[in-house]
Amino acid sequence: MNDVKNSAAGAAAGNAEGKPELTDSMGMNYLVSLPKRVVSVYVPLFVFVVVLLFPFYWMAITALKPDAELLSREGNPFWVQNPTLAHIKKLLFETAYPDWLWNTIVVSVTSTFLSIFCSVLAAYSIERLRFRGSRYVGMSIFLAYLVPPSILFIPLAAMVYKLNLFDTRLALILTYPTFLIPFCTWLLMGYFKSIPIELEECALIDGASRLQILIRIILPLAVPGLISAGIFAFTLSWNEFIYALTFISSSEVKTVPVGVVTELVEGDVYHWGSLMAGALFGSLPVAILYSFFVEYYVSGLTGAVKE
Amino acid sequence: MTVLATHQTALSRALDNRTVLGLLFMLPAATLLLLFLTYPLGLGTYLGFTDTKIGRSGVWVGIENYQYLWGDAVTRLALFNTLFYTFVASIIKFALGLWLALLLNKHLPFKAFLRAIVLLPFIVPTALSAIAFWWIYDSQFSIISWALMRMGLIHEYIDFLGQPWAARFSTIAANIWRGVPFVAITLLAGLQTISPSFYEAASLDGASPWQQFRYVTLPLLTPIIAVVMTFSVLFTFTDFQLIYVLTRGGPLNSTHLMATLSFQRAISGGSLGEGAAIATAMVPFLLAAILISYFGLQRRAWQQGAADK
Repeated sequence: MNDVKNSAAGAAAGNAEGKPELTDSMGMNYLVSLPKRVVSVYVPLFVFVVVLLFPFYWMAITALKPDAELLSREGNPFWVQNPTLAHIKKLLFETAYPDWLWNTIVVSVTSTFLSIFCSVLAAYSIERLRFRGSRYVGMSIFLAYLVPPSILFIPLAAMVYKLNLFDTRLALILTYPTFLIPFCTWLLMGYFKSIPIELEECALIDGASRLQILIRIILPLAVPGLISAGIFAFTLSWNEFIYALTFISSSEVKTVPVGVVTELVEGDVYHWGSLMAGALFGSLPVAILYSFFVEYYVSGLTGAVKE
Repeated sequence: MTVLATHQTALSRALDNRTVLGLLFMLPAATLLLLFLTYPLGLGTYLGFTDTKIGRSGVWVGIENYQYLWGDAVTRLALFNTLFYTFVASIIKFALGLWLALLLNKHLPFKAFLRAIVLLPFIVPTALSAIAFWWIYDSQFSIISWALMRMGLIHEYIDFLGQPWAARFSTIAANIWRGVPFVAITLLAGLQTISPSFYEAASLDGASPWQQFRYVTLPLLTPIIAVVMTFSVLFTFTDFQLIYVLTRGGPLNSTHLMATLSFQRAISGGSLGEGAAIATAMVPFLLAAILISYFGLQRRAWQQGAADK
């Protein structure tokens, strides 16, 4: 009786009606008994999830704790006895945090749209127009993706000074595409490749121009790819740190990650509550966006790696 | 009138030409990338051979910067730290990431939800999650120390970021926390492409779970492992944010990486030339990592009967 129940639980409806469950790659899983499964699967998985999520919980709980509880070793630190909004109020009304949020939004949205525009044209050109040398251009786009910002920020800083862009949002809007365009182009090339070429040939015979084909046929079919690329580009520019740290010095032009790290830490007294609130609010927009588009995000991530 | 007409046809004929149109479409991306990626790459290499300071253009000094850096104990320490950090963090990220991927590949309730929340550490800004770790590692109010004290395992609070080796391992732990989701989710995508019939055939032949993993999963997963680990090594080797937020390279430069040291010398210290030399010195290591994975990948693809490209 027990055995039957265990094996049924193991198979979890998959093979119960005799239809093969293709997504479950361990096809013989139902042979593993429940207690063994708990020890070998659920316990480690639980530990992974707890460790991966704990810092977020800790951010949230710290942001709500009054200072007396924060700086005390007594009581239960995992829960908050007297929740307070004082830290959040301080963050929103006594610091330049709203400015940073606004800057981050402006920079991320602008550089994302700029990069998507450039990437769509470039990806279509490389993948479909196949001009002479397009293969090498595709290769160099991929190589450009591998160039890390930690190598580029010094010469870029010198250029930003020369171009009089230091301490402006434009400096970030122009430099973020250096890592966004290669990624988005690479991703979109994969999507464009999957659109049947016959569609395009029909349109050409009907007298459509290449631009019309791109706008009326390719782009509507590549919407999932555009969303993936857009989400990814937005997240990458929201999270960018080293360029924003190097090219910006005035508080009112800073982005959230840089502002929180450089401005909220004053002297030796750390305002842990406001710091954590700042970290939390800076993470929430990408987390919310991500939660709506998880599938697109994951397919973008894995697609870019698999290609 | 006729001149205009022939002009138009010439223009539209040019636009029908795939090479002309192709290059035209490449123009926006190429301009931005050449201007802000290729040019700075060259400029950085050049700056490494000059004594440029912030606000003062320098002169060519040959390999003087490199000679100085080679004899500089801090730079040597930073190189050691970077290699140690990359090596330890990458291996642990790979092991834990693969394990997590295998767990998530099992038949589970709420699988999609689990996969979504597991990736959270990777998508939030690293600088901000590093601040959470800074608080978790606080020398007086660390929650880890508190928990260990209560369990009676330690008698005084651990100074996570105050001692060289403790700081090295603490920063590595934070890096692993951020990197494991990336490795796990991409490897999971690889695992899902392996047909279940291989496992059925293997278990009918009496293969143990370990043998199935060793002789079915691992060989089929190798190409994607190579790519994922190249990216992982690349990101770890050039890491900046985590160290900058947690320790700024301290204590006693024991956590300085090449990237943080070049920032300190170039931007905080003003010696653009010297900083650029440190940054350029990272390139050979990155190239080595990319080439190793590229050739490793090709060999595997060939072994699996992929056609020559």
